[in-house]
Order: sequence, then structure tokens, then C-alpha cells
Amino acid sequence: MELDLVKIRDTNALACLECGKCTGVCPVSRYSKTFSPRLLLIKSTRNSHPDAFKGADLWSCLTCRQCDTICPSNIKYIELIQLIRNAVGVENKEGTCSHGGILDSILKIMTAPDLKQQRLDWLSKDYQTSKSSEYLYFMGCLPYYEVLFNDIGAHPLNIARSTLKIFNYLDIKPQILPNEKCCGHDFYWNGDMVNFKKLAELNIAQIKESGAKYVITACAECYRTLKLDYQQFFGNLPFDVIHITEFLNQRLEEKKIKLKSSAGKMTFHDPCRLGRHMGVYEPPRQSLGHLTGTQLIEMPHNKKRATCCGVSAWMNCSQVSKQIQGKRLREGVLVGADTFITACPKCQIHFQCALQDAQLKEEVKFTIKDFTEVFAESLN
Amino acid sequence: MKRTEFDKRRMTIMAKKKPVKDFEPKIVVFACNWCSYPAADAAGINRMQYPPNVRIIRTMCMGRVNPGHVLKAFEMGADGVLVSGCHFEDCHYSFGARKAAEQYKKLEQIVRMLGFEKERIRQEFISAAEFPKFVKVVREMVEQVQQLGPTPLKGIKKVPSQKQVESILETSPS
Repeated sequence: MELDLVKIRDTNALACLECGKCTGVCPVSRYSKTFSPRLLLIKSTRNSHPDAFKGADLWSCLTCRQCDTICPSNIKYIELIQLIRNAVGVENKEGTCSHGGILDSILKIMTAPDLKQQRLDWLSKDYQTSKSSEYLYFMGCLPYYEVLFNDIGAHPLNIARSTLKIFNYLDIKPQILPNEKCCGHDFYWNGDMVNFKKLAELNIAQIKESGAKYVITACAECYRTLKLDYQQFFGNLPFDVIHITEFLNQRLEEKKIKLKSSAGKMTFHDPCRLGRHMGVYEPPRQSLGHLTGTQLIEMPHNKKRATCCGVSAWMNCSQVSKQIQGKRLREGVLVGADTFITACPKCQIHFQCALQDAQLKEEVKFTIKDFTEVFAESLN
Repeated sequence: MKRTEFDKRRMTIMAKKKPVKDFEPKIVVFACNWCSYPAADAAGINRMQYPPNVRIIRTMCMGRVNPGHVLKAFEMGADGVLVSGCHFEDCHYSFGARKAAEQYKKLEQIVRMLGFEKERIRQEFISAAEFPKFVKVVREMVEQVQQLGPTPLKGIKKVPSQKQVESILETSPS
């Protein structure tokens, strides 16, 4: 196994000062006894350490980008992690796939081009879609998540329903791809580039064929993957990728949407892919500011400092993840929120899962909602 | 040489046998240690024949076989998967079979969503004494899958060549 030194140099990893700030802010290191970003970097880049590239800790990094934002040498830490995982190879991964590896298998099965998925069973007549619109709604793996996680109280398909409701309110009948594949986010971050490319090619071909100009997604991970990673691999693509928060904020500023007034205190949890990866901090906050009667309060860790939801790419869900989730939910309790809003289906699933803990469930009085659900409920 | 009664019977059976189809499905059977695996064993002891297309994996309980395992089998090239275990009331771990039934509902939905035919998966409750049922279920399943044809996933497990990997790594962003 050889790391590509040129690419390593581009991540700035060789400029590490060993100051340890990354380990200081890392949400995993706070609770894990063994994980340390600094140690991982030093082991993997210097003096061919015998323990480099070994152990499950390599797959514990959430790639949430906390360390990147604080590093004085501007090391692109998450890209280094991605390179290392890529070099180690997904066959040799020692981490544990959560949920019995089912999500990993679902994604791998999706790479088969001949398979005709039947993922739109939920689409009732209340929601209008068309086959020739310049807007395309890329929903991601929500139908699968709905089946797997509705017993823990998460309802990811409500995100898709709410998004379509918002679209239809604006007289847009978006296209939906009947055989849409996963965006490949989890493969990318687990270093499985072969399967990532397969999924990406299938998706790009389908989107191009649909002729849509704007691809709108309500998932923070799809947003990052479609917008950044696809562009990096396949050059400029003939469509714009917009996250629903940006789209909605623009429409609200043009005063095309009338909202009911409601009451309560809301707090917004920044998904790591939307916030630190893509820098979308203000659009969700501005749009939530348009809701009359409600108050938006910030948690102690917000925007750049927002803590992660505890698991990334369905790898290594452990006690550490539960502690990270518990801490985040208690921050919501601390500021006295009634509604805890996220903009990523995975954040919603992970926080709902944390509420399985009886003690935490007693403390937490608020409901966890997706950004789109909040707006779909208050459309007038 | 005089033909015995036995030979005659065998000849008629041979004549009735259907021509072998080109496609021989691979079917993974998850059988629980306490009921279905002994049933498969008893079928052998009683000289009941069933098609050799099944690969039996022994698990301690069918409740342990979660949807992930079944999908993993598909991912690795199985044409069909049979999950078998004890009846609800005889489960060695009292709740295992019920748990399996719950999980199977999820699995059915996911398999449908992914675009597989529903005949490719099956769940059966077979007790240790019901070896004829085991044989019957396996025969039916093999026949059904034979009609459906090979798995639509043929080839996804193919390991990429060194050249392909290199070309992918070359085009990846620095």
C-alpha cells in the first residue's frame, strides 16, 4: 500500500505543527480513548509507522471538518482521511458497518445498471410531478431510510413529501427520477472510488437525459456530493445544484410564499456537510427568520462550531456516537427550544436514534424536525 | 442380463426427467441450528432428494439473520435466498422467530424497492420433524428462481483490474 505523495502534499499534511488543536476540537476524541486526528496524521505520513493504516479508528473519523476549520497550517484533514481510506482499500476496512451492513449492501446493489428500482410507491396523487420541468428534485435514499428507521420514530420520507408540497405551492411540478441512484457519498468517504464512480456516472447520465437545469436536493450530503465531488471528477456539468434552504430563502425574499404565524422557540442544527463543507450558514437562518411568531435561538455551538450528529457514512456507530448525540441534544434543551431543526435526513435519524435512550428521552422535550417539514406545515 | 423390477422403475424415472436447463440457480439457505438445519439433515438421512442448488448456512437462530445478511448474499451473486427456522412457539430463544418475521417485513419492502422479483426471497418456518416440507420448499424455490433467470446483479462483484483502479485514481482530483 502506497500513498500518493503528491496528493498528500496538496492536503498540507506534511506541514503539521503537532499543536494538537485538531484533537482538541474533535468530537470523537472527546469521548473515545484511542482516537486522535493528530496521531492518525503523524502515523500515516511519517517514518512508515508500523501501526499506520491499521485498526478500526481509521474509520471512526466523522469527516465533519471541525479540525480543518481550526488548523493553523490549513491542513485539509478530511481529504487526507479520504486518501488514506482509499489507499487502505475498502476490502481491508476494519470498521464496523452499522445496521448489519445493510446500507452498504443496498448501495452496492444500486450500482447494477439494469436494476429497475420501485422507489416511488409513496408518491400519491396529492403531489404533482412532471416529466419536463427545469427543476429536478433529487431525493436521495429517503425511501430506504423510511423502511429501515420508521420504528425508531424517524420519518425521512416526510422530507420528500414536504419538499414536494413546497414545490407545488410555488406552482412548480418538479421532475423525479424513477430510477435515481444513491449519490455515492458514503462510498466516497469510505474510500470506495470504484463504486462511487459507477453511481455518479449513472446519476449524471439520468440527470442529463432529463434535461433539468436545476437539481434541488433536501439532503446536505447529496448537495455536497453532487455539487463538489461530481464536478471534481466529471468536469462542469450542465446543471446547477441547489439546496432547498437556498432555494426557499430566495423565494421568501421575493415574497412568493405566504406563511402562517406560529409560536414557539426554534433552534437550528447545522449539518456538517451543509455548513462547514459547503458554507451554507445564513440561508436556513434567514428563511427561518421569515416565520412570524417564532423565535430562532442559537445553541452554544453553532455555525462553524456546530457539533456533528455522531456517525458518518454508516460506519462505526458506537458509544462515542451516542455521547456526541446526547451532548448536542442537551444543548438544545439548554437553550429551551421547542423544535430542533436539521437540514439533513441522517442528522434526523441519528438524533431520533439517540432518543431511544430512556434517560435522554426524559430530558428532551422538543421535537426533531426537518427544515422542509417546518415550512410545509406553515404554508398559507 | 435380466432386468430387475428396480431397473425398470429407474428407467421410467429417467425417461420422465425434464431436460436440464442451462441455468442452475444458486440459492443461499439460512437454516437455524435447532429446527431447519436438523430438518435438512433428516431429509438426507431419509434419502429424500432435493436439488443441489442450495448452499445451506447454519445460524443459531433465524432472528439473527437480519436484512443485511440477505442483501449481502444477493450482492455476492446469489439468485435467491431462503430464510428458515422454527415455528413461533418452538423457537429455542422464544422470541427469535417473531423477530425474524418482523425483520422479514422490512426486507420484503427493501427487496421490492431495489427492483428484485419478490419470489427471490422466501421465509419458511420448518420444524425439525418437517423434513418433507424442507424438501418441498427447496424444490419450489429452485423452480421459481429458474423461471426468473439469473440475478440482475451479475457482474457487480467483479473485482476491477489494476489498470481500471489506476485510471480511476489518475482522474481523481489532487
